[in-house]
Order: sequence, then structure tokens, then C-alpha cells
Amino acid sequence: MARSSFDPRVTGLLDAARGPLHPVAAETLRAALATGWADPTRLHSPGREARALLDTAREVLADALAVRPDELSVHPSAEAALEVGLAGLRHARRRAGRRVVAGATERSVLLLQPGAEQPVPVDAVGRVDPHAYAVAMAGGDVAAAVLQTANAEVGTRQPVAEVDALCRRHGIPLLLDATASLGRDPQGIPPAAGSVVVADAASFAGPPLGLLVVRTGTRWGLPGPRREAEHGREHAPPWVPLVLAAAEAWRQTAAVAAAEQRSARALVERVRHAAASVRDVEVVGDPDDRLPHVVTFSVLYADGEVLLEELARRGLAVASGSACTSSALRPSHVLAAMGVLTHGNVRVTLPLEAVSPSRADAVERLCRELPDAVAAVRRRLGTDDL
Amino acid sequence: MSGSEPRQPSDGRGRRGGPSVVDARGSRCPVPVIRLARAARGLAPGTTVVLLADDVAAWSDVPAWARMKGHTVTLLEDDDWTEYRVVLGEPRTDRGQADSST
Repeated sequence: MARSSFDPRVTGLLDAARGPLHPVAAETLRAALATGWADPTRLHSPGREARALLDTAREVLADALAVRPDELSVHPSAEAALEVGLAGLRHARRRAGRRVVAGATERSVLLLQPGAEQPVPVDAVGRVDPHAYAVAMAGGDVAAAVLQTANAEVGTRQPVAEVDALCRRHGIPLLLDATASLGRDPQGIPPAAGSVVVADAASFAGPPLGLLVVRTGTRWGLPGPRREAEHGREHAPPWVPLVLAAAEAWRQTAAVAAAEQRSARALVERVRHAAASVRDVEVVGDPDDRLPHVVTFSVLYADGEVLLEELARRGLAVASGSACTSSALRPSHVLAAMGVLTHGNVRVTLPLEAVSPSRADAVERLCRELPDAVAAVRRRLGTDDL
Repeated sequence: MSGSEPRQPSDGRGRRGGPSVVDARGSRCPVPVIRLARAARGLAPGTTVVLLADDVAAWSDVPAWARMKGHTVTLLEDDDWTEYRVVLGEPRTDRGQADSST
């Protein structure tokens, strides 16, 4: 296998929205190539072996979400799980209504679904107001509501318990998007909250894999002929080695969760402080009620892409929600909904310490280099006098 | 949107009596905000500066910039672009603002 020139153990990896696999999960994946490759629905012996491995892995992942294995299905991506999860709610509730109540900072894949065209506004830290959800629900014609446990871009936690209670009162099913929280946030998912819960194994250094919970008793069903796999929610069974790697990543992450989250929270605090002390830099998202490992700030009079390149030159890999980056035509809808600067945006998603043992060094380097990197970019753009 | 004034395609300080107009149509972020900030530099509080821009990012970035700098901004949507009418606020004294010399 060709070796990547990017070694997360030594390079300043500060963008782990999709990070490297946990090293132990990577071992599991390699071992599972020999034992778990078969289609778990086959009746021959390799198929049965894969089936047994899948059952065990499903139990571990169900436990991670505090649900029963028969409530949990595995999907090719978190986005696929979100789409299927919402589609099942909408179809089952098609006679009750067609609108989807969602916050303006929900993930694009959800906001692009039919019925979600009019999202509920958020405040300056990106948090929805439960009263606004209540008003939207009182409008009638509602199939489902959607709420993220916390925002993956700015870290702000959402009022999950309040919105969950509201949905129960209105008899409206709630889809909880925990794709940024699971394994990262001690307050991740309140017990029994939501009718449908979606998580991403990538959030805890597993492979990108969608985890979909449909709680027992939820009215849920997809249109069309029944799907063959994953409790009727997928067209094909998952590739078992990936699910095994996800389960192993969970075991490893859960074992050290408390210390990991404490350390991440302190590192993010460092970045928030360092960024806020640079002239005309605004740190966004809730400073306290937030994910431990995510921080975003925007640099006035700077181009996000140039800033990313400048930091990359200094050995630091970060992300950006700016539209000035070549890959995006529109700026981050999250930043826009919050009314904060979308240009000059820098987003840090800390990798787990187990994945990147040098992450504290990378954070120190970012804090040290940032003032100079910002000044260099502004000089290049001729905005250092503004 | 009123079809009257600011249409001249320049960064000019505006003609006698009219507000300064920055026409940044066709420019992408962060250029519209940079040109607007440049035009606003050194002007007295209460002065109006107008920006014309068609970049979608400006739609959130101009109000964000105005909030950070203590200016007020009004948006007037046209079919193909937006007119941002900025009334400059008092220069702010917290860490390095636009009016602090460098």
C-alpha cells in the first residue's frame, strides 16, 4: 500500500471531521479482511461467520447509542442515514402533514429534503429557539421535526431536551442528528430522546458509516417495495469489516472518553483565546455550551482559501466554511444563518488524541503561528492597513 | 429599489452631495467587503457609503462587518444584485479597529 506523505502522528492535523481511523480500529479492519468479507445474508460458512461478526458489532454500536440492536441499522454514510431516516418519517406521516420543522443550521442534506424549505432561524451562536419550533409546529401540516444535538461547524449545542418534549406534546416525531456528537460529547444524546437518531462512526475515529436508530413504536416506513437489508432500511447489507472497525473505534474511544473530552475542551479554549486576540478576528459559536472538540473563527479582510494555504505552509491542516474556497460556490449556510462573517473562515475539528497524539503540539503551533499567518495573508491582499 | 442615483461604476467618493458608491458587482468574497471598508476609512460617523455587490457571500458578510464595526446597514434587493447602504458609526476603541492607524 502506498504510504501517504501526510502522517497525522507528526503533521498538524486539525481537521478531523473525517479523520484517520483509530489505530486499533485500523488493525481490526485489516484482520476483518480475512474473516468478515462475505455477504452476511449467505448461508455458507463464510457468510455465517460474517453474520456472527456483524451481529456482535451491531450490539456494540447499539450499546453506544443506548438502543437495542434491532432498532439500529448501518448505512453507507451519515448523509444516507439522515436521508433515509427522514424519508421514513415523512412517508409514514404523509397523511398528517408534509412540512419538516428544521433549524437553519441543520445539515444541508436535511435542509434539501422536501418540506424543509423554510427553516427556523437561529441566534448569533447558531442555536435554535424552542419557541420558534413551537410556533412552526403550531402552523400544522407537519410530518416531522429535525434537530442536531450540536453543530459540527461551530460546536454550539442545541436545546435537545426542550425540543424533544415539545415534539412529544405535539405528537410530532423528531429526528435527532447526532453525527457530530457521538463519542465526542458527554452530553451527546439525552436518553430516549427523538424518534429517530442518526450518528456517524467517523465522529469517533471509525470509518465514515451512517448509524440509524428508529426507536421501537415509531411510525416509520419507506415508500416502494420493502428493502432487503438492515431491517428494511437499506438495499444491501453493509460490508462487515467496516462495521467491525466502527465497533472497535467505539470501544477504544468510550474507554477514554472522559479524559479525552476534558483535554479537547481545554485545547479548544486555547484556540478560542488565541484567535480572539488577533485584530479583527471573530470567534463564533457558543463559548461554553458547545462540543468539546470544535472551534470556528472568521478573519476579517482575509480570503479563507489563502489563509488555509498559509496555515498549510506552516504544517497545519484546517478546514474552512468560506465560499472563497474553490470547492464551494456558496458560503457555509451555518455561518450565514448566524449572521457572522463567512469569509476568512477557519474551522478546527480536533482529532482524537489516540489518533493524533501530537494534537496538543499542533494546537500550540496554530496559536503561535496564527497572528503572523493572518498578517501575511492581509499583506498579500493589501488589507493590512484596514 | 429606487432607480435614481448610485449607479456610477467607480470607487469614487461620490459626486457632490451624494454618498460614496462602491460598485463591486462581479467581485467575489472577500473583495466587496474590503473595498467597502477602504471606502469607509477615515469618513466621519454618520456618513453614508453605498456598496453594490452580487456575490452571495456579501449578503451575510456586509451585515457581519457592519455589526463588528458598529455601522448600520440597509439592504435593497435588485434582481441581479444587492445595494448595501451603510451609515458609519462611531469609531470603536476595542482592539484595533478600522480607524486606528497602523
